[in-house]
Amino acid sequence: MTGVRVLVGTRKGAFVLTSDAKRKKWEVAGPHFAGWEVYHLKGSPMNPDRIYASQTSGWFGQVVQRSDDGGATWDTVGNDFTYDGVPGEHQWYDGSLRPWAFTRVWHLEPSLHDAETVYAGVEDAALFKSTDGGAQWTELSGLRQHDTGPQWQPGAGGMCLHTVLEHPTDADKLYVAISAAGAFRTSDGGTTWQPINKGLRSGEIPDQDSEVGHCVHRIDMHPSNPDVLYMQTHWDVMRSKDGGDTWHEVSGNLPSDFGFPISVHSHEPETVFVVPIKSDSEHFPPEGKLRVYRSRSGGDDWEALTNGLPQKDCYVNVLRDAMAVDTLDECGVYFGTTGGQVYASPDSGDSWAPIVRDLPAVLSVEVQTLR
Amino acid sequence: MIRVVLPAHLRTIARVDGEVELDVDGDVTQRSVLDALEATYPALRGTIRDQGTYRRRSFVRFFACEEDLSHEEPDAPLPEAVVRGAEPFLVIGAMAGG
Repeated sequence: MTGVRVLVGTRKGAFVLTSDAKRKKWEVAGPHFAGWEVYHLKGSPMNPDRIYASQTSGWFGQVVQRSDDGGATWDTVGNDFTYDGVPGEHQWYDGSLRPWAFTRVWHLEPSLHDAETVYAGVEDAALFKSTDGGAQWTELSGLRQHDTGPQWQPGAGGMCLHTVLEHPTDADKLYVAISAAGAFRTSDGGTTWQPINKGLRSGEIPDQDSEVGHCVHRIDMHPSNPDVLYMQTHWDVMRSKDGGDTWHEVSGNLPSDFGFPISVHSHEPETVFVVPIKSDSEHFPPEGKLRVYRSRSGGDDWEALTNGLPQKDCYVNVLRDAMAVDTLDECGVYFGTTGGQVYASPDSGDSWAPIVRDLPAVLSVEVQTLR
Repeated sequence: MIRVVLPAHLRTIARVDGEVELDVDGDVTQRSVLDALEATYPALRGTIRDQGTYRRRSFVRFFACEEDLSHEEPDAPLPEAVVRGAEPFLVIGAMAGG
């Protein structure tokens, strides 16, 4: 059956939402791992039956779960995220030094190139890799041990590595993003890393041209044009046309430059979706209107997408990992809110409807296209 | 036979109902009981104590025989009633909201 499987991580468990290709009628399964925070779930692009989930708790720490039957049943896999060597120190919010300490896995990225390989982005910021389906994890420590590491400091949510993007044809090339250090790129499989933050402008840091210290919220790319990257930061929406070497602002006419997620349309490399959120401390939609904004020109010119979304008295947030697109002929777009709603659009954002309205606060949304 | 009571979330992770019974070689201490527990139920590694330092996680407590043993040394002997299996060793998730 052609259809989609939407994977939802929440503050109190995981949910699996399935539909046929019309994306009108949905089945909701869950909660899996009830009572635990599930920061992220993601399916393998090479084996859609394989899904990884990050299950975490302030009491009992980090558990990683893996399903090999599309989310019906789950087994624990490895959860030892011990840093390589002596972890060293990074900056705390006040600039004092604090030892690196593992807290949780924010993001799991199953590889595009190998069905047994999966990456984990963690807090305190580091990147781990498993080549055996999650049983054993090894830190790619060249990132954390970058010369700028002692200058990294946390964003409001912690010092998390939240974005992992693989180049579609070069398995050695990866992009990651860390709040609030910035974006980094490797071209040698994670041995060495280069900060890629030129052009970012981050208010309230003393040196706007600093290599690090930029609060990057999310990066996305289209696989047909991997040199073009889109980024939502704490301050702006940015675009790079040179693989992150330089960035320029494309916030244009957005009602707020602030937001968390950013997603590229699955068939139109210049079509981008963001959800503007009021900054700095409010973190809800401007004017109480939940609006996805779409640009069909790679940014700068944005149109509000409102059909089916609440346009009054709406004060939810949409977090950085909580938006995704499917690859059906008519691109579907999905996002979840801190109010527990998961919205779906089967027509590139023209119209929206809730799949569910009353889940726990949504932390992440991913979608698998099933054929 | 050492009896161990786990909190509900960890029973789910370990896929057990009710108490766990463990054979423990040598001295019966927090360390030897937790070593035996993790050897029998590898999914529990890291959920009660850190995998690198073996320190008790800060929101986990250890009780037995109506005493809080959380701050005892890991190699201190557990009460005789736990060693005989008359009383269980309790792993508790600290009271906290959320």
